[in-house]
Amino acid sequence: MLYAILCYHDEDFVGSWSKEQDAAVMQKLAGVQDKLKKQGRLGPVARLLPTTAATTLRKENPPLVLDGPYAETKEQLLGFYLVDCKNLDEALDVARDLGAANPGGAYEIRPVGTFVPGDALK
Amino acid sequence: MTDTAWIDAALTSARPQAVGALVRYFRDLDIAEEAFQNACLRALKSWPHNGPPRDAAAWLIMVGRNAAIDEVRRNRRQQPLPEDDQAVSDLDDAEEELAERLDGSHYRDDILRLMFICCHPDLPPTQQVALALRIVSGLSVKQIARAFLVSEAAMEQRITRAKARVADASVPFETPGAAERTERLAVVAAMIYLIFNEGYSASGDTAETRKPLCEEAIRLARLLLRLFQGEPEIMGLTALLLLQHARAEARFDADGTLILLEDQDRSRWNQKMITEGLALIDKAMRHRQSGPYQIQAAIAALHSRVEKAEDTDWRQIDLLYGALEIMQPSPVVTLNRAVAVSKVRGAQAALDMIEPLAPRLSNYFHFFGVRGAFLMQLGRNEEARVAFDRAIALANTSAEAAHIRMHLDRLIRDSQS
Repeated sequence: MLYAILCYHDEDFVGSWSKEQDAAVMQKLAGVQDKLKKQGRLGPVARLLPTTAATTLRKENPPLVLDGPYAETKEQLLGFYLVDCKNLDEALDVARDLGAANPGGAYEIRPVGTFVPGDALK
Repeated sequence: MTDTAWIDAALTSARPQAVGALVRYFRDLDIAEEAFQNACLRALKSWPHNGPPRDAAAWLIMVGRNAAIDEVRRNRRQQPLPEDDQAVSDLDDAEEELAERLDGSHYRDDILRLMFICCHPDLPPTQQVALALRIVSGLSVKQIARAFLVSEAAMEQRITRAKARVADASVPFETPGAAERTERLAVVAAMIYLIFNEGYSASGDTAETRKPLCEEAIRLARLLLRLFQGEPEIMGLTALLLLQHARAEARFDADGTLILLEDQDRSRWNQKMITEGLALIDKAMRHRQSGPYQIQAAIAALHSRVEKAEDTDWRQIDLLYGALEIMQPSPVVTLNRAVAVSKVRGAQAALDMIEPLAPRLSNYFHFFGVRGAFLMQLGRNEEARVAFDRAIALANTSAEAAHIRMHLDRLIRDSQS
C-alpha cells in the first residue's frame, strides 16, 4: 500500500526560521528519508513554494481562477498530481481539463520548490 | 519546541499581527510595544514548560493586553494587583475565544496599519526603514544599527525621534475604505522596497552584514501578499525582490568587488528564489493590470531566464523600460533604458539618449559610469576618462569606485598598446 504523507504547518512560523534553522530541520528530515530510501520504500518528496505563489481553480461552470491557496474547510484533500508545465497558464489548462472531467470542488495550483524524485517506486 | 531559537521564530512570526492588534486596542505605539514585550517575557517563561499555544499571536495579544491593563491599573493605584499567574491560568479558553474574534479583515488591516504608521510622510526614508525594522520586524536596535553601519546610540536616537514624530501625527485607526487601503498598500510597498535597497546597495565588504535587510524585506513582502492575495503590484514587488536577491551570492568576488550582471557566474544564482519570482510574475500577468513593480520584475525575469548573458533579450528589456518611462518618468529609468538601447542599437544611440539627462544627473555616480562606458565603446577615450574620473569622485561605496577604476585601467592599457 502506498501512503501519501501531507505536510501542514504554520507558514508564518516556518518563514521566520533563520537559514540555519531551516537547514537544520531539512537535515534531520533527510536522515529519516535516507532510512526509507535504503529500504527501497521512498517515493517522491516535494517542498512546495509559499502559498503566495498559489492559484486556485474553482471547478464551477465556467471555472473560476482565484489568487492564493485553497482556503475553504468544507472540502477535503482527496488527491494530487505532479505535472511538468512551462508556466501558470499551462498548469491552469491542465487543471481545466481535469476539472471538465470531474466538476465540483477545486484545484490548488502550487509551484514545487524542491523536488526529490525518489527512485524506489518506479 | 523548547529551544529559545524556536520560540524566537514563533515570536517573530506572531509579532506583526500581535503588535498590530495591540496598537488598534490601545491606540498608542509605545503601550502596544511594551505590552508585546511583556507578553514575550511571559511566553519565554511559560512556553518551555506548557508547550507553545496553538495560536501564538492570539496568546500574545491576550496576555499583552492583560499586562498593559494591569499596568494602567497599577499606575492609577485603584485596585490591588492581580496575581500574574491568575491572569494566565484560564488562558486556553480565552485564547479560543479571542482567536475566533480575530477575524480576517481585522488581522489584515491591523498589520497594514502597523506598517503604514512607519511610513509617515514626515519621516525621511532612512527613518521609515529603521522604524519599520524595529516595530514591524522586531529587530533589536543593535541589529538595525549593525545593518545601517552606524553606532547603536545613533540608531537608538534615530528610532526615538521617528517614534516621537509618529506619535504626534494622527494615526488613522478606523478600518480603511477600499481606495484608502490601496493607497496605504502602495506606500507600504515602497517602504518594503526601501528596506530591500538598504541591503542590496551594500558594497562587497558590508554585503554579508546587510543581507538580513534583503531577507527581511522579502519576508514582509510575502506577508503583505498573503494578506492581499489578489494585488498584482504586490506580486510584482515580491517577485522583484526575489529575483534580485537570487543573485546575491554571485554579485561580489572574493575581494568584495562588484561583479556586473553580465559577468556573474549564473550557476550561483538561487534557482528556488528565481522559480518563486517567475511564478509570481505569471500570477500577476493574468490580471492585465500593469504597474512599475511588475515591469521591473519582468525585466529582472528576462535576465533570470537565460543561462548566458549574451542570450539576453535586450530588445524586450528596452520595450519594458520604455513602458516604465511612461508610467514613472525619471532620468534614472531613462539611464537604465539606455543600457538596453546600447545593446540593441549601439553606443551612439544610447549616448544620444542620455545626453539630455546631464543637467539632472550631474551628481549621479551611475550617470558618469554609464556615459564613460558608452564613450569608451565609441573609442572616445579621452572623454571616457573624464567621465570615469567624475564617477569615481561621486562613488557611494568603495566597490563602485573600484569598479570604475577597472574601466580606467583598461583605458590606460589600451592607450599604451
